[in-house]
Amino acid sequence: MALSREQMAARVAKELKDGYYVNLGIGIPTLVANYIPEGIDVMLQSENGLLGMGAFPTEDEVDPDLINAGKQTVTTVKGASFFNSAESFAMIRGGHVDLTVLGAFEVDIQGNIASWMIPGKLVKGMGGAMDLVAGADNIIVTMMHADKYGNSKLLPLCELPLTGAGCIKKVLTDLGYFEIENGAFVLKERAPGVSVQEIREKTAGKLIAADDVPEMEV
Amino acid sequence: MSGFNKIVQSYEEALAGIESNMTVMVGGFGLCGIPEGLITAMRDTGVKGLTCISNNAGVDDFGLGLLLQTKQIKKMVASYVGENAEFMRQMLSGELEVELTPQGNLAEKIRAGGAGIPAFFTATGYGTPVAEGKETREIDGRHYVLEPSLTADFALVRAYQADRFGNLTFRKTAMNFNPMMATAGKITVVEAEEIVDALDPEFIHTPGIYVDRVIKGTFEKRIEQRTVRS
Repeated sequence: MALSREQMAARVAKELKDGYYVNLGIGIPTLVANYIPEGIDVMLQSENGLLGMGAFPTEDEVDPDLINAGKQTVTTVKGASFFNSAESFAMIRGGHVDLTVLGAFEVDIQGNIASWMIPGKLVKGMGGAMDLVAGADNIIVTMMHADKYGNSKLLPLCELPLTGAGCIKKVLTDLGYFEIENGAFVLKERAPGVSVQEIREKTAGKLIAADDVPEMEV
Repeated sequence: MSGFNKIVQSYEEALAGIESNMTVMVGGFGLCGIPEGLITAMRDTGVKGLTCISNNAGVDDFGLGLLLQTKQIKKMVASYVGENAEFMRQMLSGELEVELTPQGNLAEKIRAGGAGIPAFFTATGYGTPVAEGKETREIDGRHYVLEPSLTADFALVRAYQADRFGNLTFRKTAMNFNPMMATAGKITVVEAEEIVDALDPEFIHTPGIYVDRVIKGTFEKRIEQRTVRS
């Protein structure tokens, strides 16, 4: 069975370590906040200027001056701080954020990522995505393995305009967890019940998989 | 000490000298931390052909969306513009020029502009469409793009508290782009929620040297995505 969005978020959450500063993108990455392992403290960075993002507010707590990068009202946790947008990206560009999780349209075997623009469709802008992929060292891309037409999103070469070049090393899809090494997707874990054969058939970019790739624990 | 009384009483005074075809920075992230009254006042001056630098372009009936409705903006420099149907219509029809800029680059370009740094190298956007036509350089094995900094004729800033010296504090995530923009305007106009006699020097986010005019505003503070837990 392919992973659900929640299972994908839960798998990413296993990468969190106590004391990490983490930036979560919009979509599946946002769900990771719901699966932070017991006994681990992390600080969530929101690039509009908040470190230590908390849960959504209660109706009484709603504050228009306190939002996240998705423009949703949020709260702060103990130890939080506010700062300006240049400072926020200094944290990102300067490599101070321990883990960045974001979605994508496509990734390829060179670690290129396309996530912001589909030519001919409405272009809304890249927001902070280009800065995040260029600045962060430890990035996990989470996305569906195929688009809604069944086309692989793990490619030999990205077809859409890039968000960043050569910056992605880790990809989690609903079918498996991959690391990009030496021009190939290396399958490290497969979703429970999904065979290496199936993943091979659904991956357009070069895939390297051992015979005994372990099943993911979710 | 009238030289250090930057408080003005009217929006007319606050925006004195603004003209068509100027470049104007406008603070805020989405609708959070925007100088609401100054935006409306800028619309009411009737100036046209503006280049606006702002992370977003408001929504159809609020924020910079108001100046899109009246077609007073010629060019928009922003990182994300998804919430505005009129914006999309003008962009697709070619009426509005748009320069999409990565958010961190936008912030740093404004910071650099205010700090007298004409350009800087950044890894952001290397190998992507935003780097096309720009100088690049390899430094210690990584590739960087030369990004020119940004300044403006006017910077319109929203603060939480201000004093007559122009010192400012910002509130929560309403800070966002406001402090950098305050440094990068030839004329920086601040709309503050509160004006106090003198802010505590230990807790000032923006020192008054960057600020030319301060006006007290009242704010609707519209919320784009009201998300609550039960």
